[in-house]
Formats: sequence, structure tokens, C-alpha cells
Amino acid sequence: MSELQNKTMQEKDLKKVSTHQKVGKILVKVLLYTFLMVMALIVIFPFYFMLISSVKTLPEYNRAVPTLWPEFIRLRNYVDAFNTGNLGQLFINTMIVGIVSTILSLVITVLSAFAFARLEFKGKNALFAALLGTMMIPGELFTITNYVTVTRFGWLESYTVLIVPFLVSVFYIYLLRQNFMQIPNELYLAAKVDGMSDIKYLWKVMIPLALPTLISITILKMMGAWNSYVWPRLVANEGEYQLITNGLRNAFTDAEGNTDIPVQMAAVAIVSAPLFLVFIFLRKYIMKGVSRSGIKG
Amino acid sequence: MVESKHKWKAWLYLAPAIILLIIFTVWPIINTVRMAFLEGYDSMDAAGGMQYSVSIENFTKVLQYKGFLTCLKNTMLLCVLTVPLSTILALLIAVCLNAIKPLQRLLQTIFFLPYVTNSIAIGMVFAAMFNMVMPTPNDPTSVGIINNVIEFFGGEPINWINAGSSYWANITVMVIYIVWNALPFKILVLLGGLQSINKQYYDAAKVDGTSRRRVFTRITVPLLSPMLTYVVITGFIGGFKEYSSIVGIFGEDMGPAGNSGSLNTMVGFIYEALQNSKVGRASAAALILFGIIFVVTMLNMYVSKKKTHY
Repeated sequence: MSELQNKTMQEKDLKKVSTHQKVGKILVKVLLYTFLMVMALIVIFPFYFMLISSVKTLPEYNRAVPTLWPEFIRLRNYVDAFNTGNLGQLFINTMIVGIVSTILSLVITVLSAFAFARLEFKGKNALFAALLGTMMIPGELFTITNYVTVTRFGWLESYTVLIVPFLVSVFYIYLLRQNFMQIPNELYLAAKVDGMSDIKYLWKVMIPLALPTLISITILKMMGAWNSYVWPRLVANEGEYQLITNGLRNAFTDAEGNTDIPVQMAAVAIVSAPLFLVFIFLRKYIMKGVSRSGIKG
Repeated sequence: MVESKHKWKAWLYLAPAIILLIIFTVWPIINTVRMAFLEGYDSMDAAGGMQYSVSIENFTKVLQYKGFLTCLKNTMLLCVLTVPLSTILALLIAVCLNAIKPLQRLLQTIFFLPYVTNSIAIGMVFAAMFNMVMPTPNDPTSVGIINNVIEFFGGEPINWINAGSSYWANITVMVIYIVWNALPFKILVLLGGLQSINKQYYDAAKVDGTSRRRVFTRITVPLLSPMLTYVVITGFIGGFKEYSSIVGIFGEDMGPAGNSGSLNTMVGFIYEALQNSKVGRASAAALILFGIIFVVTMLNMYVSKKKTHY
């Protein structure tokens, strides 16, 4: 065997290996994408099912072989859903509770986070540690006494009872304090030298710099109001202060336990829509806030 | 002078938070413990001036109560089934997402979608999917979309959630829904962790010709272990407080028609007792729940400390 032949053989071998590797790589990629696509389909199927069911007529929905695309699009379901569920009033209630509690909560959080991040006072670290300690306790433990307390205050069936007990979130104070701490202290001292008041400094320097965190808090708080179920059910379940989630569950089941599912699905779509819109526009802030909180709502 | 001025100012800024926390956080901790140890405490009677003697009767009564044991069993079962399942699935998806470039963002967004939903509302969608549509005169065979899929693959339709459905069918539906709901948060955290792993480790492994599986078990998982611990702990805490997902699927009866309460959970038990003004019993159950969560969290931290590599 000549030297030349030997060399070409070696090259061929190398080529073989590299094509092997290439095929393997492509195969892995195909597997990866197939797995992800299948999982993604499973994840979005309920949304698809909700949307197509919400525009079907009841007979079409009840067919033995379901249609994957409605034969007749019945938008009237949405009108029915809005009227039978009294969704308008529920929307207004939820918006009032969400907006008022978010604003008040932001003010309280900013002031406390500022005190913990910038001011010196006796017992600061002990107090902060104690606050963090309360985060370990499950909310249900508070709910019991709070229910007794608000009953005594005579707050049942009001906006107050839906807003006030949850205004302070230790987690938000913690989050914002961490953010405030990153702002150099020199800025504060310089502002003091210039004779700027604390509030003005907060408003002009701290808040603009911590805006992303504040937006995350706002969104999480609003989502919380939108999704809250347990507390409103306890304290404002019947009357005019009912929130959207509580009104939704039973509104579409008649006395005999039968449910008009297309209309129900239309109501679910109406209730889900605002959350999706917020998500589309503020994806970045939501995902950032969520990855740090670990709490839903 | 400036310093002393700051001191009262700090307390002024903290005042709203502290006042609210004393009323709605600190007092509840003290009061819940107090009520849990007052024999048969009932908020209605207490308002009428009734006195109670101190005992641990609430705890022993709760633990002997059959309804509570059902709730405990359901909660534990859902935790043990859903936490490992959702963690493994989320890890797989996150690793795959991390390995691709095109479509990564789109898929990431899709996987996050279940998070931005109302768990009651989407629970109703799942209920509709698993629902056996009542046989009507002109259409006696309607069985629901999931059963349609099962039939398509040659299986027998199953009664998932309707009257007369079996406990395990109910639990299966709950596990599927809870896992679906738990995936987004876990994927988000794990993918964030994966993206922060230094690429040099992988380059070094490549130079050494390390196999994919070995890279996964020896580099990815160890370096990801802090995030895995975080996800497992929050998963258990959330799992022990499972409640609204069951309301979403089964309604406030917490079980299929004719078998209400069969899927009730610890939190459901607490609220039921509270609504019947059996506050002593509710407090005792809440403290037991807190104890369980505390022990499980400590256990998780202990195990992960031994296995975590930083």
C-alpha cells in the first residue's frame, strides 16, 4: 500500500466519523424539537379547547365525534355568558379591589423598603429578620384569626375587607429593599447636602431607579386580585362585592346540576383575556417577578 | 441632630406597615395558637361570652376525625405524585429548551402560559375536557374530548369526574391538572439556572469526549441543584396548600357528584371548619399543616445540603 493511498483512507475514515456525528446531531435535534412540540401542544390544548368550545352551539358541542373547528361560530355565547354570569359587576368589583389595593400597597412597600434600606435606627436588623420569619408561615394560619377579626370590625361584605388585610407583603418589602440597597448611598448623602427632603429624594431618585421592580410588584398584585378565591369567598361571597373568580364557578350550572358548557367556556375566556393581554405586553416583568417569588398571585 | 431626626422618621415610614402587620399577621399567630388550645372553641359562643378551658382536645379531636384523615391522605398523595413528576418534566423541558436556538423564545412563552391563568377558570376547562357529556336522546354516545382521544387509540372510555367515578380516576385528573399548572414556574426557574451555568464546563467535557448522559448527570444536575432544591421546596409548600385547583375541577363540593368531600384537602378542611365557626378545630388543623410544611421543608433542606454542589 502506497503512502498516498494510506492517507486517503485515513481521510475517508475521518469523513465517515464526521458524517456519523452530523447525523447523530441532527437526530438529537429532531428528537429535541419533537419532544418540545408535543409538550407545547399538550400545554396549549386546554386553551384551544376553551376557545373552540366557547363558540360552538350546544348540540355541536355534545356530538359524539367532536369537531376540531366549529361548523357554526356562535358569538352569542359571549353575550349570554356576560349576562347570566353578571360579569360586568364582577369585573368592576375586581378592578376596584385590584387598583386600590395595588396603589396603597405600593406606597406602604416603598416607605418601608426605604426605611430598611437607607435609614439607621435601633433594632432595624432584628425587625427585618422578624418580618422575613413571618414569610415561612402558611397564609391559612392568618386567615382564621383575620376572619374573626374582620367579623368583629363589622367589615364583612365590603371593599375594605377585600383590600386592607393583605396590603402589606413582606416579600415585596424584601424585594424592593434589595433593589434600593443597590443604589449607591453617596447619592442619598449628596441629596441631603443639597437639602433635598427624604420624600423628594425617594420620588426623584429611588423610584425611577427601582421602576422595574415596582412594575413587577404591580403586576403580581393585580394578578393576585384577579385570581383570589379563598378569602373573598369567606368574606364577600353573596352580595354586591363578589369578585370575579367566585362568581365564575357556579354561575353556569342550573338547579339540576347541568352546565351549558359552551357558555361557561365563553365566560372562562372572558375572565382569562385580561391576564393574557397583560402577559403579552409585560412578559419581561412578569417572568422576572415570578422567578423570584415562587408564589402564584 | 440629623441622626436623631432620622430615627423617628424611620418609624414614621414604617408605621403603616407595622400597624397592619400587628393586626393581620402578628396577632393572628398568637391568637391562632391560643384558640387551638382552648377546648372546643367556637367563635359564635365566644362572642356570647363563653369561657373555655385550656387543653389539647382540639388536636386530638382533629386527628381522630375521619374527615381530616381523608384530607391528610389526599393532600399527601397529591404532593407525593405531583412534585416529583412536575419537577422531572420541567427539568427535561428546560434542558431541551436550553439546547435549541430557533423557536426557543416562542416555546418558552408557550410553556409559561399556564401560569398566567386563573386556576379556577382553567380548572373548569379541564373539567369540561374530562367530563362525560350526559347521553342525550339523539346522541347517546358522547363521552368528552379526552375519552374521544382514548377511544381513538383503541381504549375504553373512563368515567373521570362524573357521578360514580372512581377515586383513582379523580386523582389522575387532579395530578394532570396540578402538573400542568406547576410546570411554568419550574421551567422558568430551571431554565434561568441552566442559562447561568458557565459554558466552560461544557467545553471541557467536550474536549474530554464525555457522553451526553454523563454531562447531564455530572455537570448539569449538580450545578443546577440549588434551583432544583428551590423548586422542590416551593412545590411541596404549594402542594400541601392545594385547594383551589380542586374547586376548579370538582366545584365547592370537593368531590364528584354524590361523593362530595372525597377529594377534600387540609386547606379545604380548615375553611370548612372556619365557616361552621369551629375556630378551635380550624386553628388546630392549621397548626398541624404548618408543622408538616415546616418538617418537610427542613427535611428537604437537610437532604439538599448533603447533595448540593455550589
